[in-house]
Amino acid sequence: MTTIDDRIDAEVALPAAGADPDDASAPTRVTPPKSPGDGFFGRVLPPTIMLALFVGIWYLYSTVSFEQAFQRRNALPYPHEVVQDGFLPLWEDGSGTREILGFMWPTIKVTLLGLGISIVVGVLVAVIMNMSKYFERAIFPYAVIAQTVPILAITPLLTQVFGDRLGVRLAVVFLIAVFPIITNTLFGLQSTDRLHHDLFTLNKTSRWTRLWKLELPSALPALMTGIRIASGLSVIGAIVADFFFNQGDKGIGFFIRVTQQRAANRPDMLAGTITASLFGVVMFLIVGAITSRAIRDWHDSAN
Amino acid sequence: MTAADLVPDEASTSDVRLRFDHLSMVFPDGTHAIDDISFTVSPGEFTTVVGPSGCGKSTLLRIASGLETGYTGLCDVNRDSIGYVFQDATLLPWRTVLRNVELNAELHGVPKAERRRRSNEAIELVNLVGHEHKYPKQLSGGMKMRCSLARSLVLNPGVFLFDEPFGALDEITREFLNDELLRLFALEQFAALFITHSIAEAVFLSTRVLVMSNRPGRIIGDYRIPFGAERPHDLRFEPEFAELCGQINEDLKDAHV
Repeated sequence: MTTIDDRIDAEVALPAAGADPDDASAPTRVTPPKSPGDGFFGRVLPPTIMLALFVGIWYLYSTVSFEQAFQRRNALPYPHEVVQDGFLPLWEDGSGTREILGFMWPTIKVTLLGLGISIVVGVLVAVIMNMSKYFERAIFPYAVIAQTVPILAITPLLTQVFGDRLGVRLAVVFLIAVFPIITNTLFGLQSTDRLHHDLFTLNKTSRWTRLWKLELPSALPALMTGIRIASGLSVIGAIVADFFFNQGDKGIGFFIRVTQQRAANRPDMLAGTITASLFGVVMFLIVGAITSRAIRDWHDSAN
Repeated sequence: MTAADLVPDEASTSDVRLRFDHLSMVFPDGTHAIDDISFTVSPGEFTTVVGPSGCGKSTLLRIASGLETGYTGLCDVNRDSIGYVFQDATLLPWRTVLRNVELNAELHGVPKAERRRRSNEAIELVNLVGHEHKYPKQLSGGMKMRCSLARSLVLNPGVFLFDEPFGALDEITREFLNDELLRLFALEQFAALFITHSIAEAVFLSTRVLVMSNRPGRIIGDYRIPFGAERPHDLRFEPEFAELCGQINEDLKDAHV
C-alpha cells in the first residue's frame, strides 16, 4: 500500500478532480423573504390582541356575574382586583406577590426534582425496553397504567408507601411525567436509521457503543419532545399533589386551595393560579431553549 | 450465453481478495435472490455488477460484507478489511464532517491522534478540505457521498464494496464523482465490487462488467473493459464506449424477459 506522501504526490500527477462542482456551503442558511408577520409588531401584536380580548371577556363576565344577586357570593373578581388585592403589595411579608412566591418555591422544587427523576428513570426504562421485544412487552402495559391511573384513587396507597411529605409529591409528579418520556425516547431509539445500524454492524460494534454513539444521539430529538411534554405535566403534578397531601412543604396548590374558600380571598386565588400557569410556561420555554441549543446544528426541526 | 461459460478464469490466482463460488441465496420468505454466482475480484480490479432493480445485486454485497447470512456456496473475503459505501451517505447527522470521517476508525479503536491524522488525509483525498466542521445537513448530496467515501478510506480497506453509491445524485454530480473515484482507485489499487443500474457508469469505472439477470439473479454477461487506468471525462463520448454500452444494454433487455 502506498504511503500518504506518495499518495499526495501521485494526486498532483493525476488529472485534477475539478473544484467542487457541488459545493452547497456558500448559502448555508436561506432566509425566507420577509413576510409582514416577522417584525416586532408582527410577533408581539397578535398575542397582545388575544390578551386584550381575554381580559375584555373577563371584565364582561365579572360584571354579569356581579349584577346577579344570587351569584354575587361566587362572583369572579375583576382583573384589576386580582392585581390590586392578589399581586400587590409586591414585596411585603405575608401578603401579595411575596407570599405567592413563597408558596411557589416548594412547588418549583417538587417540579424540578420530580421531572429530573422522571427523565432519568424514563430514559433508563426506554433503553431497557429497546434491548428486546420481551422487555418492551413486559413493561409497556405498566407504563400505560402509570399514565392512566387516576391519582385521586391511589392517594391512600401512595401515602402509605411514600409518606405524606416530599416523597409522595415526587411520586405524583413522576407518575404523570414519566410516560411521555418513556414513549418518546423509545420511539426515538427504535426509529434509528436501518443503514446506520448496518454501518455499526460492519464495524463490529458492541451493544453499548451502539447505544451510546448511535441510538441515544438519534433519539435525542424525540427525547427532548418527551421532556417538553413532561415539563408541563410535572408542574400540574406538583400543584395537584398539594390538593391531596397536607403535610410537608406547602406549595402553590395549597395556597390556591385555601384562598378559594372565601370570596374575599378570591383575588389571591386567581393571582396564585396565574403565577402557577406562568411557571408552567417558563418551564416549557426553558426546555424549548435547551432543545434548540442541543440539536439546532444538525436536526431539521430546529432553526 | 450460459452461466457455465462464465466460470472465472482467474480463480486460481493467489492474491484474490474476494471470491464467490456457486453462491446462492434464498430468503426465509422464499424469495430466490441470487443463483449460482461465481467470480473473484483481485486488487487493482474494478468489477461492476449491473442489473435490473430487485435482481439481487445488493444481496451480493450484503453477503460479501457479512450483513446477510444464510446463503449457500462459498463467499471468501477478509472481513477485517472491507470498505462499504452505502446507497445513502449514511452520515451521522449529529457529527461534523471530520467526526463522521473518523467514525469507522473510532469504532475500530484507532487512537485519537492517529485517527485524526488519517481522517484529515482522507478529507484531502476526497476534496473536502475546508468543510471539516460542517454538519451533514449543510452539505450537498455529492459532498455527503464524498464524506462517506472518506470515512471508508480511513481504514485503508483491501476490498471496497459500493452499493449504488451515486444512484440518488444528478448526472453531472455523478460523473464528477466517477472521475474522483477512478482517481482514488488509481491511487489505492483496492479490489472494488461496484453495484449500479447505470450502464454508462459501469463501463466508465470498471475493468470488468458483469450483467445480472432478473430474480433469481444469475450472471448472464461478462465484459472486460479495454480502457486503461487513465480515463478522461470525454471517454463517455467515444464510439467504442457507446458500443460497449449498447452490447450490455442488449444483455439487459434479455434479462428482462
